[in-house]
Amino acid sequence: MDMKAPEKKLGIKEKYRLLTRDLAWQPTYRSEKEIYPYLDYEGIKIHDWDKWEDPFRLTMDAYWKYQGEKERKFYAIIDAHAQNNGHLNITDGRYLSALKIFLQAISPGEYAAHKGFARVGREFAGAGTQVACQMQALDEMRHAQTQIHALSNYNKYYSGFHAFAETRDRIWYTSVARSFFDDSMASGPFEFLIAIGFSFEYVLTNLLFVPFMSGAAYNGDMATVTFGFSAQSDEARHMTLGLECIKFMLEQDPDNLPIVQKWIDKWFWRGFRVLGLVSTMMDYMLPKRVMSWREAWEIYGVENGGALFKDLAFYGIRPPKGWEDAGKAIDHMSHQFMLGFYQWRFGTAFHSWIPSDQDMDWLSQKYPTTFDKYYRPRWDYIKRAEAEGKPFKNFGLAKLCQCCQLPCVFTEPDDASVLCHRQTTHKGEIYHFCSDGCQEIFEDEPEKYVQAWLPMPQLFQDPVNGDLAAWMDWAHLTDGLDNGEYQGSSDQRNFDRWRGLATSNT
Amino acid sequence: MQIDLRTVTIEPQRVAFDHLIRRFGNKPASRYQEGTYDIQAAENLHYRPTWAPDQELYDKGITRIVMRDWYDLKDPRQFFYNTYTLTRARQQDAVEANYKFIEGKGLAGMIAPDLREKALSVLVPLRHVAWGANQNHTFVCGYGYGAAFTQPSIYQALDNLGIAQYLSRIGLMLGGLDTLTQGKEAWIGDPAWQDLRRYVEDCLVTRDPFELFIAQNVALDGLLYPLVYGDMVDGAWASEGGSTIALATQFMSDWFDETRKWVDAVVKTAAAESAANKDVLTGWIASWGERAARALLPVARLGLGDQAEAVMDERRADLAARLAKTGIKL
Repeated sequence: MDMKAPEKKLGIKEKYRLLTRDLAWQPTYRSEKEIYPYLDYEGIKIHDWDKWEDPFRLTMDAYWKYQGEKERKFYAIIDAHAQNNGHLNITDGRYLSALKIFLQAISPGEYAAHKGFARVGREFAGAGTQVACQMQALDEMRHAQTQIHALSNYNKYYSGFHAFAETRDRIWYTSVARSFFDDSMASGPFEFLIAIGFSFEYVLTNLLFVPFMSGAAYNGDMATVTFGFSAQSDEARHMTLGLECIKFMLEQDPDNLPIVQKWIDKWFWRGFRVLGLVSTMMDYMLPKRVMSWREAWEIYGVENGGALFKDLAFYGIRPPKGWEDAGKAIDHMSHQFMLGFYQWRFGTAFHSWIPSDQDMDWLSQKYPTTFDKYYRPRWDYIKRAEAEGKPFKNFGLAKLCQCCQLPCVFTEPDDASVLCHRQTTHKGEIYHFCSDGCQEIFEDEPEKYVQAWLPMPQLFQDPVNGDLAAWMDWAHLTDGLDNGEYQGSSDQRNFDRWRGLATSNT
Repeated sequence: MQIDLRTVTIEPQRVAFDHLIRRFGNKPASRYQEGTYDIQAAENLHYRPTWAPDQELYDKGITRIVMRDWYDLKDPRQFFYNTYTLTRARQQDAVEANYKFIEGKGLAGMIAPDLREKALSVLVPLRHVAWGANQNHTFVCGYGYGAAFTQPSIYQALDNLGIAQYLSRIGLMLGGLDTLTQGKEAWIGDPAWQDLRRYVEDCLVTRDPFELFIAQNVALDGLLYPLVYGDMVDGAWASEGGSTIALATQFMSDWFDETRKWVDAVVKTAAAESAANKDVLTGWIASWGERAARALLPVARLGLGDQAEAVMDERRADLAARLAKTGIKL
């Protein structure tokens, strides 16, 4: 080979093609069916993987360089946060409940997403798609770890964090998020991508992350703000991937449309139910509030989501089926959730409390049509009971929805005075649901959802056998420490005392 | 840790998360430990995969290796995302500096044409081998059990994407666009590469994650990296005036030296777990190793000519000696 004149410079797009999809080849010793066994069974038809548009052209050297810089900053900040007792800068110890729920329910989901993206990063037949998914698999590992590391210092001082690895698998409310991620991973590769890449990352992430990180900033939690900001540029890539994958499926074959639509309907509703946890945090758990759940929904749900579905109408996609029911639930869900958490506070690894008069005034201002009418009277009743020395506790067990796993505490979309309850019989067994959305998801794939592990029935089985104390031991919930009312908790005592030491001369 | 604040002490209530205290005692945990141990859901998995209803979502049973505790397979490098990324970020700085040096000084043009052609005929098709490795490690990460074992596999997967990209850039730098095209044609059709391509495609249909780990990391890469980056690049080619190639492939030799420590630790721990494990591992290493050696021989001939047979024998002996230290006797 002679030394040639220098080649003309390759364009970025061509160079990226050479550095990714040109690495793959058409196998001849083994069939594509053997190498990619799971591509057919969901019914999605892909004719040309090369039509996949790489949403971000990131080579590994650039990835290491950029991510390395972000990592350096992140750990510098959380090290300083730990050294300087940054936990004493939060507005109030009540704020910690939001962090506890996050570590117990959401961080394990990051790990599940890591694992799921590794699987689809191998199972898809297009190199461009695979590389994008593999990088997301790597990013999701980052998110799981940065969250654990950021919250690790809180664990040293406060209750409720110490057993997150056990509560993830055993406590009742974490199974809402766990079943969501398990469901996505139990699905085929294309559905997984719609579930996590599109519904969760694209449609719902803003509703999770923006209020959460703003809430952290408002409440003086530098550690959480930092992992949020540090993850943001990763999320931007993930959202682009989610949108690209949905367009790719829709452009490949018209037969894909009804399948994709069904998944959008399903995963919107699944995600919306999980986000109920966020609504409670925003309306009740932030001592200094950013905005109400209703306001967040207006911006990130109605405006952003509305614009997105307007764009997707070009492909024949309509807004998710549960969209209207979701809209009707917005003014109720955080109150219904918090009342649930409060009455079952013996069984939560975080604290809850009766909102103060000031809090209730804020809620009635933010929810003028519902709070005073439906929820203030209940809090007033609970408050009276408390004052009379007969604190309101519900030691009965909630009926859980077979699909989303939340207690059936929601009301009918059009009548907030009637509890919403649906049921269906499958092979002689009765299954219960919190909503039409959840019932439809079950009825589409009953063989999947009959398998669901339900934490409440577990209470009556070995090794717990209906004994509440035994259940707490089994769930790694330390009675009197992790659970119950915030007022009088060790978190409250310690936070107030330490903060007093830090901010006054006592 | 105790922090004194205005002469008054704020006392930590505990030193670490419960699951880490159970494993390592009542002492502060490292970030590797926090980011690795028990972070995979272990109980009460909700649904079986619709894509393989005979499996669990996280299934210990899809490999023949049996571990009482999969978290025993720890990474001696203690890589978690941060330490992994920072290590590679530093290395890529060095690679960039090397490439700038090569291009700035016009070093590519100083390699004798015969040698350049020979080197590219070996290195460029290897970008496809690295892509195969990327696929296999991604599989091990996705389907292996427990983050101690699977976390390094996603790093290994993306390292191999990086290696494939570096090899492509070397092809472009020392040859040009045509070099990549020719390299791919050789990979697809040249008899010298067909046994190796068959090996890689057979790996792509192997769905026992631990077997795949062995086939890729031990049997194939355990021979390939010392052969290509040792005997060829640092040995024969350097003595023929091709030390520029060594400069361009520094990442690969450093990477192999680093990652083999992890690979050896995994093999050693799994083999020490039980006689049954040791038998399975020995069987896999023997059968995949035999095939890998056969597949690499024609590649060795491309790069080393007549010395190929002798060098391959040495590499196999070296690998056997390396494995003996992990408890595997071939």
